[in-house]
Amino acid sequence: MTNASTAPVSGDLPREKVEKFDHELALIVKRYPPDRMAAAMLPALHLGQEIFGWCSPEVQRLCADRLGTSPARAEEVATFYVMYLTAPIGRHLVEICTNVSCCLSGGERLFEHLKAKLAVKNGGTTADGRITLREVECLGACGTAPAMLVDEEMHERLDLQQVDQIVGRLA
Amino acid sequence: MSETLILTKRWGKPGSATLDSYRADGGYRTLEKALSMDPGAIVEEVKRSNLRGRGGAGFATGLKWTFLPKDIRPRYLTVNADESEPGTFKDRYIIEHDPHMLIEGIAITAWALDIHLAYVYIRGEFAKQARILEKAIEEARAAGILGPSLLGKQGFDLDIHVHRGAGAYICGEESALLESLEGKKGYPRLKPPFPAVVGLWGKPTIINNVETIANIPWIVEHGGAAFAALGTGKSGGTRLFCVSGHVNRPGVYEKPVHYNLKQLIMEDCGGIVGGRKVKAVIPGGSSAPVLAAHEIDVSMEFDALKAAGTMAGSGGVIVFDESTCLVRALARICKFYAEESCGQCTPCREGTSWMEGVCERLEHGHAIAADVAKLEQLAGNIGGQTICALGDAAAMPVQSFVKKFRDEFLRHAEERRCPQGDHGWGLDQSSRAAVAGPVRY
Repeated sequence: MTNASTAPVSGDLPREKVEKFDHELALIVKRYPPDRMAAAMLPALHLGQEIFGWCSPEVQRLCADRLGTSPARAEEVATFYVMYLTAPIGRHLVEICTNVSCCLSGGERLFEHLKAKLAVKNGGTTADGRITLREVECLGACGTAPAMLVDEEMHERLDLQQVDQIVGRLA
Repeated sequence: MSETLILTKRWGKPGSATLDSYRADGGYRTLEKALSMDPGAIVEEVKRSNLRGRGGAGFATGLKWTFLPKDIRPRYLTVNADESEPGTFKDRYIIEHDPHMLIEGIAITAWALDIHLAYVYIRGEFAKQARILEKAIEEARAAGILGPSLLGKQGFDLDIHVHRGAGAYICGEESALLESLEGKKGYPRLKPPFPAVVGLWGKPTIINNVETIANIPWIVEHGGAAFAALGTGKSGGTRLFCVSGHVNRPGVYEKPVHYNLKQLIMEDCGGIVGGRKVKAVIPGGSSAPVLAAHEIDVSMEFDALKAAGTMAGSGGVIVFDESTCLVRALARICKFYAEESCGQCTPCREGTSWMEGVCERLEHGHAIAADVAKLEQLAGNIGGQTICALGDAAAMPVQSFVKKFRDEFLRHAEERRCPQGDHGWGLDQSSRAAVAGPVRY
């Protein structure tokens, strides 16, 4: 009989990364009652995205398998929440808030500036694969607006110059 | 008389987030006191304090706690740190500057309600804050505060875990939050039953906002009556008001719960950038009906703002100056609700996108006067017709913006353009810097 946790559902995923995933997921599932493992779907997908780069169908299946639930459950979660990337992106993800408080402090101007500078549309990736740019909803930084996330790190009280510097540093 | 600060008193102190610093300032002594009290007596103190939920609904916290069925175990506590209402940015600073105050509040609440497992549901974008909180929980666990015996109390164990969301406004709605915590997409549940009766994994669950729980240690230390005395009527204590938009000093201000909105904007926040005039203010997060300039001389207490036709909501005050095009502002607000509607109920799923579309057409000169009435009709068909409050939250700004600034909406239709033109809305930071004093945190 095959042990479920080592079943080869990982398909083409690199073996050493799957091992890393399994190792870290084992710590995460301890946060939930033993009979409620499927509750770890959100952290599992975060982890999968961190290790494998994006929530590919293989990563979704891996999460579902390890948590003893169906692939449909993993897909439903991966496609519902905006932070899960269901397609590959550039090396860096730059997200600008254009919600109302940020716009009152120039957020939309920053977004338009970056779109022109990087020659991409909302959600697009630069030709060299360096940056994916997208507009996001309120980041909870309205008092220090405008704000943006760069690879999940928050930058606040921005102006055009700072945005250029921060984005310019991305390799 | 100096102002009483409950939540912000340690903000900005070096190392304020560490256990050592919190203990040096008397931290966890109230938990010790609480553990010597009868749990029921703590619930009574919280009821006496007139503490009302700081997440948006303003429901009496003590009363909510009494809704737990007496004989069902386990019970769970879930702390709502989803903080996604546009204009709201306070819970993140409680976690950044004083995470142990939140942990102590959770521990006291758990003792009072016989709860042994608590989750803090934090929005995915707050990766830094999640790390800070996890570190603080780890510190408290290592120091024997959390774990198998709560602060050394034999036979009472408590575990707290952080659960990160992944970018969905709807998960701040308490039943959607539970779905998300169970590892699903955030579809709100039909109520009743309310989570206090049927919550996480079908068990009784108390869901309170971060700021609500952070008040608990002070209430237990000083007594419910002292907390009630800081406020007025049926609302006790101080509150964190988040001010953003066209003010000189945006930020978080801790004030008595019934503080005056105009005073907050014109005095505490240093008035409007460039000495311009106020045009409109949203007093409680983007879902709250907007107030026109002549309506802002008002108490921000829950019932007072309700009487003024709006709501205190999450305490997010968004200020628009006279140069703002409110059609454009409303279009952006509508876009938010269209993006964040979970898609479960038809009126909200379809209606929010329609409202966004009509606002956009108005702003860009492609709409006629009848579209303004259409906008109101759409909003009227969403409000009250959905499982959760997101539908109402989307309808209320539309109804209030159109009602109070109808002329501006009609002008867009008549002139077939935005009268403000393409103003590239928003300030540069430099225009604020000249007059901006030190920010509070």
